[in-house]
Amino acid sequence: MNTDMKRRVFLKGSLAAGTVGVAVSAGLLAPQAVMAAWPKAEFEAKKMGDLGAASGDINVKAPDIAENGAVVPVTVTHSMNADSVAIYASANGTPLVAQFMGPGAQSSVSTRIKMGKTGDVIAVVKSGGKMHHAKKSVKVTIGGCGG
Amino acid sequence: MAKKSIKVRAKEKGGVVTVKALMNHPMETGLRKNKKTGKMFPAHYITEVTATIGGANALSANWAGGISKNPYLAFDAPGKKGDEITLSWTDNQGNSESATAKVK
Repeated sequence: MNTDMKRRVFLKGSLAAGTVGVAVSAGLLAPQAVMAAWPKAEFEAKKMGDLGAASGDINVKAPDIAENGAVVPVTVTHSMNADSVAIYASANGTPLVAQFMGPGAQSSVSTRIKMGKTGDVIAVVKSGGKMHHAKKSVKVTIGGCGG
Repeated sequence: MAKKSIKVRAKEKGGVVTVKALMNHPMETGLRKNKKTGKMFPAHYITEVTATIGGANALSANWAGGISKNPYLAFDAPGKKGDEITLSWTDNQGNSESATAKVK
């Protein structure tokens, strides 16, 4: 019911916006046509998947100490032919944070992640049918899950 | 929702476009408790992000609540000046947003 109300408000807003609303609706269709189904099982897993061998061709840049675990900047760079780049926060309840695919995942990806407590930020690159990884240990002083 | 909720900038150098984007989104994990009501804030996070440059797929990403609130995203992808870049997201509550910019 609650979701319904939100959808009505959202639709009302986009209709009121006129052409912008139409453009957003068109945008609504496009991503879902391109994307495969969202991998729920992987994002809800409490354990990390196959990390593969450590690789010197992958670099994880993240702070040694994160003052605020809610916003930890991470940059993953690599020189592999990547099918996908995944980012894990090893000490989070559900460690998988993000997956990146496509031409934009071939050299450098940056984002900001939540870390519940001190742990490793691990980048896993899937290349040539195998996993490869690199990690960076991050000390978290204030946990990032709103506790 | 009429307010622009995605800022995207793209700069090309040597055939590589560096894209930087900032999105407005609460990215609630569903694990945070509302101290006033004692109930959990419902999970509300971006699940998919896609970007196209010059009409070609540039990036697709799967996200969950572990990405920080008001997500920042940067990546490098092929493209040229004048190409149109489109960035779109979908979240777990069925909302979507999209923004376009020109590669400079």
